Amino acid sequence: MPDSHAIDQSAAAGAHSAHEEHPAYLRHHFNSTEQQADTANFAMWLFLLTEVMFFGGLFTAYLIYRNWFYQAFVAGSHQLNVIWGTTNTFVLILSSFTMAMGVWCAETGRRRGLVLCLSLTFILGLGFLGIKTIEYSEKIEKHHVPGFHYSLQSFVDPASDPEVYKEYHDKALPLDMARHTELYFSLYFLMTGMHALHMIIGIGILGFMIYRARAGAYTSGHVTFVENFGLYWHFVDIVWIYLFALLYLISRH
Amino acid sequence: MNPNTIVSLPDQSTARIPKDNYITRENGILSWLLTGDHKRIAILYLISLSFFFFIGGALAGLIRLELLTPQADLMATDTYNKVFTMHGVIMIFFFLVPSVPATLGNFFIPMMIGAKDLALPKINLLSWYLYMAGGLLAIYTMATGGVDTGWTFTTPLSTHYVNTNVLTTGLAAFIAGFSSIFTGLNFIVTIHKMRAPGMTWFRLPLFVWAHYAASILMVLATPVVAIAIVLIALERTIGIGIFDPTKGGDPLLFQHLFWFYSHPAVYIMILPGMGVISEVISTFSRKRVFGYTAVAFSSVAIAVFGFFVWAHHMFIMGISNYAVLIFSLLTMLVAVPSAIKIFNWTFTLYKGSITFETPMLYAFGFLGLFTIGGMTGVFLGTSGTDIHLTETYFIVAHFHFVMVGGMLMAFLSGIHFWWPKMTGRMYPEKISQMAAVITFVGFNLTFFPQFILGTLGMPRRYASYPPEFQVLNVFSTAGATILGVGYMLPVLYLLWSLKYGEIAGNNPWQATGLEWQTQSPPLTENFTTMPVMDHEAYDYEWLEKQNQAQQQEEVPHAG
Repeated sequence: MPDSHAIDQSAAAGAHSAHEEHPAYLRHHFNSTEQQADTANFAMWLFLLTEVMFFGGLFTAYLIYRNWFYQAFVAGSHQLNVIWGTTNTFVLILSSFTMAMGVWCAETGRRRGLVLCLSLTFILGLGFLGIKTIEYSEKIEKHHVPGFHYSLQSFVDPASDPEVYKEYHDKALPLDMARHTELYFSLYFLMTGMHALHMIIGIGILGFMIYRARAGAYTSGHVTFVENFGLYWHFVDIVWIYLFALLYLISRH
Repeated sequence: MNPNTIVSLPDQSTARIPKDNYITRENGILSWLLTGDHKRIAILYLISLSFFFFIGGALAGLIRLELLTPQADLMATDTYNKVFTMHGVIMIFFFLVPSVPATLGNFFIPMMIGAKDLALPKINLLSWYLYMAGGLLAIYTMATGGVDTGWTFTTPLSTHYVNTNVLTTGLAAFIAGFSSIFTGLNFIVTIHKMRAPGMTWFRLPLFVWAHYAASILMVLATPVVAIAIVLIALERTIGIGIFDPTKGGDPLLFQHLFWFYSHPAVYIMILPGMGVISEVISTFSRKRVFGYTAVAFSSVAIAVFGFFVWAHHMFIMGISNYAVLIFSLLTMLVAVPSAIKIFNWTFTLYKGSITFETPMLYAFGFLGLFTIGGMTGVFLGTSGTDIHLTETYFIVAHFHFVMVGGMLMAFLSGIHFWWPKMTGRMYPEKISQMAAVITFVGFNLTFFPQFILGTLGMPRRYASYPPEFQVLNVFSTAGATILGVGYMLPVLYLLWSLKYGEIAGNNPWQATGLEWQTQSPPLTENFTTMPVMDHEAYDYEWLEKQNQAQQQEEVPHAG
């Protein structure tokens, strides 16, 4: 990130005398709108860094257990629906595109365009969660939720699960390895769940932004909020792309 | 000028506290609870931190009282487990981690860099509310049965074997963690983006550098412990198996995640304290800090190395021999930047005009005690001696030498140093010098015997011990009593000074920082005009010229 030099002198000198010329959204402790926008932007990047570390703990656990129990992780990943996963990946990438367009609309002062883009992002986000719900309910039906009567049936006797079996023809896992599929699903639910939580928060904020954008809040110069939310949304998108590769595509290389 | 003191106060018969300042600008409880002013938030933190400190201290008193006799007679052993756990949780998460950054850092970083406020005032206030929520939850937990895992929440004890309030304590630490993340984030952004004209990176006071380094740790390490706590909670509630060996999980993974935060956390705790010491030693030696650049970079080096030493907490936990070797080496490396600091502070004293006001006394305490604490850390980083000493009182003594002898001394040093700036009034010098000496004596009497106890093999975290250890334990408990007096005194005389202390004026210590070039207590916006930095940090000649210029200005008026 570029480190802005300390505020230049002219801005400092004019800080008080030119008070009336400042737009209303300039907070009192900043000298210029550029400084304010720069600061908020930098803060957002730092926040995303903490998010990387937050997910990092889970990725570490994933890395270790996948190395230890590779067969169980492969068998577990075969239970996931790659079609749904791929669809969801496209849904999210598309939503990142509409979000990026939204930022552009805000920067160029297109109020209606902004509302449209945010609404599309909102809908795509909900769509993602909808598909995720379908996937989760499949897991619940098959008792693949760790901690809630977890069932090893599909792994010790793959033929009993014809839908998955006809696609992958997995061999039966020895009981000892089959039990470790529970770890796979723990990580699956943790990582996708944590991701979904970020989506839900994001969708909530989107709703708030749509409401405010209709009144023209972000199209009159003060676009920082939209830009920073855009960063957040892209970050959540990127996390999903990693999750998709790590959780769905283990045996496809 | 009296050579024994540098204190220069205004004429007390005419001096007044400035009418308009950050305390008097607005009134009413809401103007404090909803404030965005970094100085007011610092005061809120100071009050709440002191509250938690005395709760944690009372628990420490109970521990020492129990250990007065070899038998577990004051309380049942499981109560004892809860007491030392809550002592650790409260002292670490609710006192040590936020202590200097949230109070002094919050108050003075914007002033030192010539800004009107932190970059994100609302986030700053949010940090305090998160801190309070976490803290009160911890107190609630304590009141409703407590927790007995030790502050480290070690698995599988915390997930499978204890039946106490692990969840609420974990949640309390989790919430406090976010408070810490936001504080660190705010500091980094502020230091990058809010510096006054001319305030280049290498003109920053070393206090700011130290906070910058600590903030990097807060921002990068804290999220990892947050996720570790989430995993503990899910393990306890639904049994996801990540840390459960019966399901293929690894309890050691928890320790990796936990110490990945909690080792850097000790640098989060100590670095801001080191920043205070840099300011104090320079001011009371009337010299620029020796090797400014080295001290600045050593803070960053501590932060960077600090990330790669965590496994030295696990030498006896069954990690591989190669890991032991590497982490032992890396642990030695982190001693280097700490030593750079100690040496540079000592060289700062060399040929300085040293005076012995209270902040300086505490700073001397810091130098000695932190050196001992740091050196014994090298014992523990060496795997051979660590296997003998770990889980004994040697660890307890080492940690307390660094954290209480180091950090708490630095905190008190800073509080006394900046008290005139925060309140506009001086603390009473004689009694506070006495308190500093009492603290030093009490501290050594409390914790030095624990080094011996640990070397003799007395394990930590037990309510009872073999009778041959009693003599040293009696010393330790007696010391704790003295230490308690040493900590109570500042509360009393500092409160007294709020009303009766001498008027401090702008710059009672003749210090060079920007925060001293404005009125005390400061205005809400800190400076009347945006300061322009045209000299290096700790430039006492510049200050002298300033003073002369001011005097010349005043003479014609007087005439």
